[in-house]
Amino acid sequence: MNSPRSAWLFLAPALVVLGVFFLLPVLAALILSLTDYDLYALADIRNLRFVGFGNYWELLHRPLFWSALGHTVYFVAVGVPLSMGASLGAALLLNSPLARCKPLFRTALFAPVVTTVVAVAVIWRYLFNTKYGMANYVLDLLGIHPIDWLGDPRWAMPTIILFAVWKNFGYNMIIFLAGLQAIPPNLYEAARIDGASSWRQFRHITLPMLKPTLLMVAILTVSGYFQLFAEPYVMTEGGPLQSTVSVLYLMYDEGFKWWNLGSASAVAFLLFLLMFAVTVLMVKLSRRGEHPDGGPA
Amino acid sequence: MTHGARPRRSRRGLWLAAIAVSGALLGSCAPTPAGHELTFWAIGREGEAIMQLLPAFEHAHPDIRVNVQQLPLTAAHQKLLTAFAGGSTPDLSQLGNTWLPELVALHALEPLQARVDHSGVVRADDYFASIWATNVIDGTLYGVPWYVDTRLLFYRKDLLKKAGFDAPPRTWAQWRSQLAALSDPAQHRYGILLPTNEYEQLMSLALQQPEPLLRDGGRYGNFESAGFKRALGFYVDTFKLKQAPAITNVEAGNPWTEFGRGVYAFYLSGPWNIGEFRTRLPATQQDDWATAPLPGPTGAGIGAAGGSSLVIFRASKHKDAAWQLIEYLSQPAVQQQFYELLGDMPPRRSSWEGGALRDDPKARAFREQLEQVKPTPPVPEWERIANEMQLVAAEAIAGRLTIDQAAAEIDRRADTILAKRRWVLDHAQPDPAREHTP
Repeated sequence: MNSPRSAWLFLAPALVVLGVFFLLPVLAALILSLTDYDLYALADIRNLRFVGFGNYWELLHRPLFWSALGHTVYFVAVGVPLSMGASLGAALLLNSPLARCKPLFRTALFAPVVTTVVAVAVIWRYLFNTKYGMANYVLDLLGIHPIDWLGDPRWAMPTIILFAVWKNFGYNMIIFLAGLQAIPPNLYEAARIDGASSWRQFRHITLPMLKPTLLMVAILTVSGYFQLFAEPYVMTEGGPLQSTVSVLYLMYDEGFKWWNLGSASAVAFLLFLLMFAVTVLMVKLSRRGEHPDGGPA
Repeated sequence: MTHGARPRRSRRGLWLAAIAVSGALLGSCAPTPAGHELTFWAIGREGEAIMQLLPAFEHAHPDIRVNVQQLPLTAAHQKLLTAFAGGSTPDLSQLGNTWLPELVALHALEPLQARVDHSGVVRADDYFASIWATNVIDGTLYGVPWYVDTRLLFYRKDLLKKAGFDAPPRTWAQWRSQLAALSDPAQHRYGILLPTNEYEQLMSLALQQPEPLLRDGGRYGNFESAGFKRALGFYVDTFKLKQAPAITNVEAGNPWTEFGRGVYAFYLSGPWNIGEFRTRLPATQQDDWATAPLPGPTGAGIGAAGGSSLVIFRASKHKDAAWQLIEYLSQPAVQQQFYELLGDMPPRRSSWEGGALRDDPKARAFREQLEQVKPTPPVPEWERIANEMQLVAAEAIAGRLTIDQAAAEIDRRADTILAKRRWVLDHAQPDPAREHTP
């Protein structure tokens, strides 16, 4: 038996699994997105029509799709930097030699990640209740007029961002912590001997050394945040005035609430294309200004 | 009753096991008990209540075992469609009557007229006519009404009296003046709570109009009719005049307590709230609230014919046993028991003649309203159209659209949603009966 053939033989089980459970469903969804599969087609397959790119065309002409996309991009653009900032800040604090009770804080800050999103969303819904919520109670103490957190279209998305950042930052914090602990301490020692301030140490040692971790965390967070669904589903049901409908929420509504699987698949592929493009862009941007050997500029 | 039934069942199980074992040993073919196990899907709180009604049924039909699966209301619709797509529908199910047309369009349900004709229990003329009519699609009967649900007014008797009104409103004009008298937005007091993400309230007002909500056999929306605009105008004005807060039910949180505190004098909702108000308000307040039929544009108003029916799935292998269960649940005595357990209103007039319902002053308004209900358009897309209607209405409440713009927008969305239906109707065999459905 020659060696390429035996290689394929060994690869075959994995390829079959990949093909059946990954490629085939994706292909089926792609074909589905080119048809108008809906309730009537479910009842009688003769009611199924091949519509080509009709679903995509209709979506691109639907104001709700664009507003859902807008809400999702808003969530990503504001949520990701906030989330990464919070997790990096928390990781730096936990990594600092001055920090006390590190295991306690690490657990406490990681706790929101492991709780169920539905359960905590219900609690946050109470915190943000306009009349009885703690958030407005605190604002009231400070003499600020109460805010209709989840009922005002302008405030609903920021509130959800706040919730999502709180819920997720612990996960990235753990990754950052691991990244920080991998930086050789002698670099800081050398910098201190040279008289570098802690800001300069952060700027010229911590950040460059963390760069691969930062990129990975950024990609993970961006792709996670593009898939915003559970938070608005539980906290606002897409409201008020559909101001928290995300792309995935739209897909859920189309597909599983109204059973328009054709157009729901089209939404899924558009979201996939968007996320793919953004990820490629991020990787490209991070490579810019790098030495060919991969080290920092 | 439950205590008596339980040991009996396990002893019967033993018995059957013994028969099965000996049957296998003898090489004969004993009937398997699994052949009579019914799968019944119940939705929401009905699923808990029905457990208490089943022992008596199983006692009377020792060859039938009922396996009840409870679906949460929020996931039920999806679960039913998924089950149909996957070929795993139950034998029978509770089914909201706005969902019925959808499953009929899928050819998932068993026609029931022949069984009703031979039934000594289910008598069509004893049921409220409109509720019965929601189960007839294109001239074929697909369900037997189980309980009815129509939205009407809960109101604070004491607050109305204090404001100088002796009776609840009968017309929109009276309603408007009472709402005005009872609202004080500066003090966070409103005449009524109308959650802006629930379509049932606006739909009830819209059904009171002479024009149908869809036209041409359900091919197009009819929301630009004068009647719908009148209903939408009345609804939106209630918010503009600050007689209702523009909040969703997510923010409304606990409307029962707020109703008790007098934040709202009226609450437009369904019969299950009789039970909620009885348990959530203190005993001292129980005489302060009452129910009233919906006011109409000029006189006693029409309400929406909602509720749930019992249906048998076409794929079921135990249709006769399923029908026996439907007959059992349709007996007036059982329906009265069901009402006492849950507060769900029975759909038959004779069920209202006795038991707790006859003397219950809070239920009387529902009895009155039930003679005056109107079904929603029997198209599978209705639920979605009603949702879009409410989304656009919420835009109008927020002042982003005028009444005319909103009506046109709802029509536009309804026509888009109905596009496939038009295509299917135009390509189906010509069916004269279908052309005349409203």
